[in-house]
Amino acid sequence: MATIQLQENEQHPDVALVASARSGDVQAFETLVNKYDRQIFRIAQHITQNREDAQDVVQDAFLKAYEKLDQFQGNSKFYTWLVRIAVNESLMRLRKRRTGKMVSIDDDIETEEGSVPRDLADWSPNPEQNYGQAELAEILRKTIQGLPHGFRIVFVLRDVDGLSTEETAETLGLSVPAVKSRLLRARLQLRERLSRYFRKKKAGEK
Amino acid sequence: MTCTEFLALLDELIDDDVSAQMRSELQEHMQGCEHCEVTLSTTRKTIEIYRSHEVYELPDSVRERLHVAIIARCKHGC
Repeated sequence: MATIQLQENEQHPDVALVASARSGDVQAFETLVNKYDRQIFRIAQHITQNREDAQDVVQDAFLKAYEKLDQFQGNSKFYTWLVRIAVNESLMRLRKRRTGKMVSIDDDIETEEGSVPRDLADWSPNPEQNYGQAELAEILRKTIQGLPHGFRIVFVLRDVDGLSTEETAETLGLSVPAVKSRLLRARLQLRERLSRYFRKKKAGEK
Repeated sequence: MTCTEFLALLDELIDDDVSAQMRSELQEHMQGCEHCEVTLSTTRKTIEIYRSHEVYELPDSVRERLHVAIIARCKHGC
């Protein structure tokens, strides 16, 4: 009994929700929508850079997931499976906007920018507190938008969303070393760009 | 340890994925290298700021509209 109990406790709560949804319980699926819609929107917005497209992706990704629940193997987490659908939908939207031009997560990554830190000034303590909420959000948005999207999406999945390196690799169809190298470059590029705003001001600087 | 070697292990250090031996080598390098120390602390801060500030909010009104649309289509077969 103890062993069975333990196994039940270890089961991810999504497993039961997915099973109920699969057997026609729409409310169980709605719980999943409620749980993950913000993250899916965030990922879609980071890829498409377009609000309407990102909202469409949220809708389409959940509908596609619902349609394909039978195909969900259960050997990956429901969330990473859902993210994979959302990434594909987002790339499709981006392709449409760019009039059919092929778009992949490998675009624009041939850059040396940020691979070596240049701005080595220390930052003020808690530099984000020097900005209002809206101003800070604008700085963060502008800064991350400037990254090649192949870097941006790895950073968002791995560092913001908290997926593991392996999950990020699986979700994006990349190798683990590719995810690692992109993550380092993404972190360093963001750091470099944010340094413009957050570095300690020299005496006399405004 | 050179700065290049330090940089190559920066992510492992941030993600706490280094052996005790390697960690002390990295720390030893940082003690004599302000640039690498700053690179580490500001990169950590970069991650922390992005993690704790939502860049793209999804307003409740939009969420509600999306939920209604999604669930209606689920109920009637997608």
